[in-house]
Amino acid sequence: MKEYKLMKGNEAIAEAAIRAGADGYFGYPITPQSEVLEYLMAQKPHERTGMVVLQAESEIAAINMVYGAACTGKKVMTSSSSPGISLKQEGISYMAGSELPCVILNVIRGGPGLGTIQPSQGDYFQAVKGGGHGDYKLFVLAPSSVQEMADFAKLGFELAFKYRNPVLILADGIIGQMMEKVQFFDQQPRITDEEIIKKYPWTTTGKTPNRERNIITSLYLEAIVEEQHNRKLQEKFKRMEEDLMFEKIECDDADYILIAYGSVARICQKSMELARANGIKAGLLRPITLYPFPSKQISGLAGKVKGILTVEMNAGQMVEDVKLAVMGKTPVAFHGRMGGMIPSPEEIVSALKNKLIGG
Amino acid sequence: MDIKDIIQEKNIVYKRTDHLTDKALSFCPGCGHGTVHRLLMEVVEEMNIQSKTIGIAPVGCSVLAYEFMNVDMIQAAHGRAPALATGIKRLNPDKYVFTYQGDGDLAAIGTAETIHASNRGEKITIIFINNGIYGMTGGQMAPTTLIGMKASTCPYGRDAERMGNPLKITELVAQLPGTYFVTRQAVHTPNHVRKAKKAIRFAMENQNNGLCFVEIVSNCPSGWKMTPNQSNTWMAENMFPFYPLGDIKVPEKKVV
Repeated sequence: MKEYKLMKGNEAIAEAAIRAGADGYFGYPITPQSEVLEYLMAQKPHERTGMVVLQAESEIAAINMVYGAACTGKKVMTSSSSPGISLKQEGISYMAGSELPCVILNVIRGGPGLGTIQPSQGDYFQAVKGGGHGDYKLFVLAPSSVQEMADFAKLGFELAFKYRNPVLILADGIIGQMMEKVQFFDQQPRITDEEIIKKYPWTTTGKTPNRERNIITSLYLEAIVEEQHNRKLQEKFKRMEEDLMFEKIECDDADYILIAYGSVARICQKSMELARANGIKAGLLRPITLYPFPSKQISGLAGKVKGILTVEMNAGQMVEDVKLAVMGKTPVAFHGRMGGMIPSPEEIVSALKNKLIGG
Repeated sequence: MDIKDIIQEKNIVYKRTDHLTDKALSFCPGCGHGTVHRLLMEVVEEMNIQSKTIGIAPVGCSVLAYEFMNVDMIQAAHGRAPALATGIKRLNPDKYVFTYQGDGDLAAIGTAETIHASNRGEKITIIFINNGIYGMTGGQMAPTTLIGMKASTCPYGRDAERMGNPLKITELVAQLPGTYFVTRQAVHTPNHVRKAKKAIRFAMENQNNGLCFVEIVSNCPSGWKMTPNQSNTWMAENMFPFYPLGDIKVPEKKVV
């Protein structure tokens, strides 16, 4: 049997990145995710696997180091928290436009502005609607446990290379800071330069006589060419539905559905139990991928239930996507806390009663 | 002797490097960019490192460098080329990595990336084209625009009190422990072209000893609203006194 370790989410994703065969990590300190860089540095990954870890001069530099390294087919990641992720948006847009793989972790804190260091889900829109300039999507994974922080590091790299697109792991301060048991997969070998040339012929690894030079750019001066490039990107974003992930808990007989992701889904699980103990048949749908979003599954449930309560640690962001999926088929209510406040299981049950059941 | 007897393969004394693509350069007539493109690619050819060379061109007139340089190239965001180069070289230490940046890119929006890559001593070569103006966007004031020099965003001339002073970033970079070789050259006369090529060659050959930084003070006939000849004369009379040519930081054993 595999060994369990007790770790913070931030440490678990760092350990998992090393084990997933990551070639590089570039980051900049910001609470509540600084443990990622600290853990990596303490592990001496240059000795363990040869992985390069560098503290950059800014979040902007960090994402651009990732950009450069990704052009050479390497598995690279960065991490930050909300204000730092805002700084990275230019680089993220360039990477999506240039079709480059990477893993980005956002351990969200309360905002806007400098905000607070407590947990929040205030960056949902930024994560799933693009975030930077231009029409693009990130593949967005929302872990709800320390185990998923570890698992999604590996999955994130696989998806990033499958789609040649940045993958965003959207966690919050709870998932990043909380300690839980976690099991790790075995160490995977890092990809060799020869394998990169064979598997990823688009990479800028040096022009050899047997091929034309490779150019990585997001610049197309002719509008028609830029439109073609955009169409190709949009087709790819649509294709990402192949890897849609969600979890349904006790939805089959449910009269009411709670929809929540990340740490809030964990809280909602308790709310669901409390509601059932009170004779309210509640179920939970947890989107694991926020883009692609389980719209069809939500639409399917909407026809069968008396109402849906979306719970988030923000002013109501995912609820807009839920409403688009439901299309008026059933009432959709929202309960949220902001600024680093965490909803309690009881207040969620109260919200369910007050906003949907009545009385 | 007929001219046809002379134009023969065996009599070739100079030819255009095939490390430049066949695409016609899109630079304005008289601009120094084309010459620097050629020198850089000649150096790559002479060092026989095409298969190990990765270039990065960010935003500005340099952005289309990948159209003309026949090496693997990446287009970077404005100012960020030294960060990309850091990521590439750290993970690919056997490659030759260069950035090709203009003054707005390197000395304004990318100042932090320039200073920190230089200070860390990234093993890369930076080619810095300083023409004191934003060429591609139509002649706006650059961080290196001289006092009194006119640009579309300082139409009455740069005035230090309102607009700040021109930045000698090359002298600044030379102060940092991570740089190995820092020089300032020009390409407006054959003599200067030869010196500039030697500097570029040294900067490419020695990048694994520390960051090598080559500034080329260049003209911008369109941005300066001058003919190519006028612009070269103006450059020699006005740019060189403020941006004097020559090596600024040299390793102990210096060959240029």
